[in-house]
Amino acid sequence: MKFAGLLVMPAGFFLSIAALVLFPASNTAARTAFVLCGLAVEALGLVVAVRGHMEEQGKNRQ
Amino acid sequence: MIPNPAPVMTDATFALTLVLLLLAPLAIAGMALVNTGLGRSRSAAQALLGNLAIVAVTAIVFAVLGATLAGTLGGLGAVLHVAGRSFGWVGTGPLLLGGFASASGQSQLALLFEFLAVAMAAIIPWGSGADRLRLAAGCAIAALLAGVVFPLLTHWVWAGGWLSQLGVNFSLGSGFLDPAGAATIHVLGGLAALAAVWIAGPRKGKFPQGGFATAMPGHSAVYILFGCLVALVGWLAFNVAGALLWMHAPLAALPVTAVNTLLSASGALAATFAVTRIRFGKPDASLCANGWLTGLVASSACAAIVTPAAAIVIGVVAGIITPLLVEVLELAVSIDDPSGAITVHAAGGLWGLIAAGIFAPQAGQLVAQLVGIATLLGLMLPVLYLLFWLVNRVVPFRVEPDGERLGMDLHELGGGAYPEFVIHRDDSYR
Repeated sequence: MKFAGLLVMPAGFFLSIAALVLFPASNTAARTAFVLCGLAVEALGLVVAVRGHMEEQGKNRQ
Repeated sequence: MIPNPAPVMTDATFALTLVLLLLAPLAIAGMALVNTGLGRSRSAAQALLGNLAIVAVTAIVFAVLGATLAGTLGGLGAVLHVAGRSFGWVGTGPLLLGGFASASGQSQLALLFEFLAVAMAAIIPWGSGADRLRLAAGCAIAALLAGVVFPLLTHWVWAGGWLSQLGVNFSLGSGFLDPAGAATIHVLGGLAALAAVWIAGPRKGKFPQGGFATAMPGHSAVYILFGCLVALVGWLAFNVAGALLWMHAPLAALPVTAVNTLLSASGALAATFAVTRIRFGKPDASLCANGWLTGLVASSACAAIVTPAAAIVIGVVAGIITPLLVEVLELAVSIDDPSGAITVHAAGGLWGLIAAGIFAPQAGQLVAQLVGIATLLGLMLPVLYLLFWLVNRVVPFRVEPDGERLGMDLHELGGGAYPEFVIHRDDSYR
C-alpha cells in the first residue's frame, strides 16, 4: 500500500508540469487550478502511503 | 551551455560572501548539537561522529560526482526541449572539480555554498534515525544525496535548470525562488528523513502493543538549546550569502535579510512557547527548540524576499505548526522521528516556500513556488524512498536488536560518550 501511494505521487507532479505546457500564460486561473489538482493528487498519494505505514506499524507493535 | 544572467560580482561582494560562507558551517554544527541532544545518552558519541562522517562523505562524493551533475550558471548542461520550451535538467561539467581553480569567483563561491548545503541536507535524516540507524547507513544515505539527488535538485533551482527558468519560460514570477536552501537543503533533507525512518522503523519500545507511544525525551536540553543559538549564526550567514549568490541582492538589502531571519525564528519560538504553555501547562524546551529551528528553516525561503512584518507572521505560523505536527506524526501516524526533522525541515521548508509565493511582489510567483513544491513531493519523495529501499538491501539501515539494547555507542564504537556516568536501565526493554 505504501508503494501504491508513492507511485501515485509522480502522477501529480506530471499533472502540474502539464498545466504549464498546455495552458498559455494568459490563462492563469486554469493553470493554477491544474497545478493545485496536481498537488491534490500528490497529497492523496501521500495519505495512502502514510496509511500503509500505519498498517505496518499496527502489525509490528511490540 | 546554461545562460548566466548574474551580474559580475565586485571584489567587496566576493569578500563578504566568502566570509559569510566561512561562518555558515555553524548552522551544521548547531544542527549536529541539536540532533545529538535529542537522542539518548548511550548513542551520543555515535550521533556526533555520524554528523562528522556525513560531512566528510558528502564533501568527497560531491567533489567527485555531485558538482558535475549540479553544474554552474554559464557552465555545460543537458537540456530537454518540450513544446518549444527548454528544460535544463542536469549539469555536465568536468568531473572531480576540473577547472574549479580557474572558474569565476562567483562560480567558486556557488560551489562552496553547495558543498555546505549538501552536508546540511545529509545530516537531517541522520537526526531522525537516531538510536537505531547504523553509521554505515548514514554514510550511504549521505553519499546518495551528495552524488545524485541533491545535485539534480540544485541544478534545477540554482544553476539555471528548469525550475529557475519558470519565469522566463512560463511567465511565472521570477521562477522558483529558494535563496538559501529551503527546498534544496531542508525539504529535501526532511523528505529523506521521512523515507529513512519509514524504512528503518521506530525505536524498540516506542510504540508498544496496545498502548500509547512511549515518551523518549532527548538526553541533553543544554545541547539542544545551545545548538539553536549556534545554528542562528550559521543561518544568518547562509541566508545573507544565499541572497548575494542566488538573488544578486544589493549590499543595502542584506541587513533586512538578516533581520527577517531573526524575526522569523523569534516569531516561531514565541508561538511554540505559547502553544506548549497552553497545551501542557508549561513550555516544552525541546519543542521550543524545534519551533526556533522551524522559523529559521522557513526564513531560508523568504528572508531575502519579504518585509519584516511578513517575516514575523511566517515565523508565528511556523511556530504554531511545529508542536501540533510533531504530536500528530508521533501519536496519530506512528512515525518515530527523535529530532523532529520531518516537521522542522520538511514542513517548515514547505511553509516557507509557500509564504515566499504569497508575500512576493511578482505576479505568478505563488504558482512557481507550487510547481517547485509539486516537484519536491511528487518526484523527490518517491525517488528517495525507492533509492533508500534499494540501499537498505545492501547496507541495512537498522542496527541489530542487541545493538539497540546496548546503545549505539557501545555497539558501534566500543565506548560511550560519558564513560564516567552511570547508565540507567531503560524501562522500555522490560
